[in-house]
Amino acid sequence: MNRLRATTLFRDGLILAAVLAFPALLAAQQPAPRAEAPKAYALVHAKIFTLAGAPIENGTLIIRDGKIAAVGAQVEVPQDAQVINAEGLQVYPGMFDPITQMGLREIGAVASTVDSTETGNYNPDVVALTAVSPSSEHIPVTRVAGITEVLAVPASGGMDSFGPNGVIGGQASAIYLAGWTVDDMQFKRSVAMVVNWPEIQTKTFDFATFQRKEKPYTEAKQEYDKQVTELTDWIERARHYAQAMGHAGPADYERDLKLEALVPVVRGQLPLLIFADRSREIRNAIEFCDKQNLKMILAGGSEAYKLKDLLRSRSIPVILRPMLTLPLYEDDPYDRLLSQPAELSAAGVKFAFGSFDNSFARRLGQNAANAVAYGLPYDDALKAVTLYPAQIFGLSDQVGTLESGKIANVIVTNGDPLELTNEVRYLFIRGQLTSLDNRQKRLFDKYSARPKP
Amino acid sequence: MKGARVGNALLKTLAVIVALHFLVSSGALAANSADAKAPAILLIQNATILTVSRGTIEHGSILIRDGKIAEVGQSIAKPQGAEVIDAIGQFVMPGIVDCHSHIAVDGSVNEGSVSVSSMVNIAEILNPDDIDIYRDLAGGVTVANVLHGSANSIGGQTVVIKLRWGAPASRLPFEGALPGIKFALGENPKRSNFSIRGQEKRYPATRMGVEETIRAAFTEARDYKSKWDDYNKKTSVGEKNLIPPRRDLRLDPLVEVLEGKRYVHAHCYREDEILMLLRVAKEFGFKVRTLQHVLEGYKVADEIAAAGAGASTFSDWWAYKVEAYDATPYNAAIMTRRGVLVSINSDDAEEATHLNQEAAKSIRYGGLSREEALKMVTINPAIQLGIDKRVGSIDVGKDADLVIYNHDPLSAYAVVQKTLIDGRVYFDRTRDIAERADREKEKKALIEKEKKADAEKKPEEKRQNEKKPDDKPKPSQSGRGSAADESDGVGSAADSDRGAL
Repeated sequence: MNRLRATTLFRDGLILAAVLAFPALLAAQQPAPRAEAPKAYALVHAKIFTLAGAPIENGTLIIRDGKIAAVGAQVEVPQDAQVINAEGLQVYPGMFDPITQMGLREIGAVASTVDSTETGNYNPDVVALTAVSPSSEHIPVTRVAGITEVLAVPASGGMDSFGPNGVIGGQASAIYLAGWTVDDMQFKRSVAMVVNWPEIQTKTFDFATFQRKEKPYTEAKQEYDKQVTELTDWIERARHYAQAMGHAGPADYERDLKLEALVPVVRGQLPLLIFADRSREIRNAIEFCDKQNLKMILAGGSEAYKLKDLLRSRSIPVILRPMLTLPLYEDDPYDRLLSQPAELSAAGVKFAFGSFDNSFARRLGQNAANAVAYGLPYDDALKAVTLYPAQIFGLSDQVGTLESGKIANVIVTNGDPLELTNEVRYLFIRGQLTSLDNRQKRLFDKYSARPKP
Repeated sequence: MKGARVGNALLKTLAVIVALHFLVSSGALAANSADAKAPAILLIQNATILTVSRGTIEHGSILIRDGKIAEVGQSIAKPQGAEVIDAIGQFVMPGIVDCHSHIAVDGSVNEGSVSVSSMVNIAEILNPDDIDIYRDLAGGVTVANVLHGSANSIGGQTVVIKLRWGAPASRLPFEGALPGIKFALGENPKRSNFSIRGQEKRYPATRMGVEETIRAAFTEARDYKSKWDDYNKKTSVGEKNLIPPRRDLRLDPLVEVLEGKRYVHAHCYREDEILMLLRVAKEFGFKVRTLQHVLEGYKVADEIAAAGAGASTFSDWWAYKVEAYDATPYNAAIMTRRGVLVSINSDDAEEATHLNQEAAKSIRYGGLSREEALKMVTINPAIQLGIDKRVGSIDVGKDADLVIYNHDPLSAYAVVQKTLIDGRVYFDRTRDIAERADREKEKKALIEKEKKADAEKKPEEKRQNEKKPDDKPKPSQSGRGSAADESDGVGSAADSDRGAL
């Protein structure tokens, strides 16, 4: 490191005097030395919420090679570990936001920064990971809220996104919220196939023309039926395609990338992530998956409470849209969405919270806390942003709790991570101590230092 | 109001619209507060009182007489005949004042056809049946500054309301509150992010044009004012047979701005446009009362403070458009530290239901104190709206506009238990929950009745109805019925400043 600097300085002898006088200039002239992360970290004297048992008072957590090497009250600190004294602090698994458009959309209103929804109705072969921008400013902003991994979900809308989402939207990818490249960020390339369940819509708003459109119910119903028939047709063709694949060599059938993408779905290896909010659509989606023998995860679920027994008996988990959303109907109780998690929890329905957005992803903890305020047991709320999403997407062998052998996605906070006024002090992703700096913090620092005019 | 998906899900079938329409017009939804009366004397006891003006009183009491706060203290003897609210273990704070709201508006909030629409007045289209009034009450909001959208450089006339759910439109306006006018700068008035079919690209289409639109309007207003001043002067000294200047409804409100009788609430984002407006205002000799959103306010906080303008911003919205890309959750804190009077607003019926939580975020982002955070949703917006003599803190003589929480309101775990306006309980969580079963029953009965009536119709009649979908009952009279469809589909764009308009 020092050798590199000295050699270069010598070569640029002319500016030597200048850079010696102005250390800042020196920094500007030189590439930063390659960082070498410590081999291991030891968080000591922490209260550790493993979510796999009772909290550990005055505990130690060892991170090595990206994994949790040990956790407990009586754990020896290895010689080579960088020790972080977490006295008075609390340690949790990093939060997991299962529905975002992270890396796919930067500025909602600027089309050239948006890659979240492909055109057309049936795009099973598009994969979110392909379009995730590792340089998105949303990533470090979201990290500060204690979120360490998310799903980037194509065709999942978002608060600044208007217009149609299609029916089969593509494949959702699990990503870590850190990495130099998209390959670094990859957690699992394909975790679910997105389906926007068709809706019977008599009134729509066309954002392209900024005009409201209305059609009779019968017409809307026909369109709905047509889309469900098309969706059924896609699944059935995919099943035939899978059979052909199973029986013949690749040379013996014509390849179809869209059908091929649906093969894991019909084979039961890839769940459908079905967006539906009203009970009618949810019920139809469940019947469809029953009939087609497909694995289903419900997303949205504003009226999931109306079908809680059905959801439980079919073991269909739900990714709930933010509680910070108005009820569907004006005669719904004002706290309809806020009190739903408590109701689902009591009924034994498995669910997780999702932000369904990028810029509001940092409200994930706030949403979970609000559900607690309206009756959800705290333990469930915490797990609904950590362990449960991991379980729902089949990733709980790797993240979601603090257990030896799991990926070290860990946050260290000064208190309950769901509470508004608490903050994350340290954050690890794949065992790397990760920066809590971001664009907004830099703007804060810059303008806090602005001299009086 | 968030997202097309919810919006789409909201679009109802004919059957539901009929049922809802019937239900709402029957007044069933208003039942929750329709029978509430303000007791002459009310005593709130055993509460943690966040006065905002004089710190926190533990185990304190508030005595309310005729809708006003009569006494605040550690222990107040119960006067004879007083009703008592035992708030043991609970927190009382002043009712939340939302400095940027679009609730209680019948239809669209934008008169988007002209870029100076100062002749229109939102007070004339208040809709007291808008369910968002009730929802926001349930979130502790007692006062809202109801504004037009941001389609125009100079928008329409605005009104401050109290959320007196169940009262007619005429009782909503905050008595004596100065009216305002909405201005808008940047991407929305120049229509950067959308176009309207059938409408040609309109002036202004740049920030240069926005400035000139405002300057031109005030140049006209100044000339118009001097004509009237001249006329009034001459008539006052007895000159006869003068023809008065022609009344101009578009310029009248701008003259009121020049005379300091009407507040300017200006939607803005970027630092340069903020300074532009402050310059233009100085040039014409008026004050900008509040800069709304003002997401880059932190960059020019000293200039805003020097101009004496207030700032009303979001807690943590960002990146929905280019002018919101430099937004930070530290905005409120930096501006506060540099001497700007700051409030946190909603711009959205849902966001308004947890403004207490939004204020708390400035403790984490920027290190404001608890007191400073609380002020941003109580006394600060009250000052910005010129109503701080009446509301915004728990002080003797002020209106008894109060919120009772079961927990510290600067926490995500707090739930509003009661909301009072003028000493009257307009929202009561216990009662709301208790009445749900009855309301559900009533709704079912109404739907059954409709179904039965429909079944009894003659076959021809039915066919006719099917042929003429336009004849179906319009839910617009029922307020939220139409507002919901619009604000959730269109509204997040058209109604709120956050979206396209």
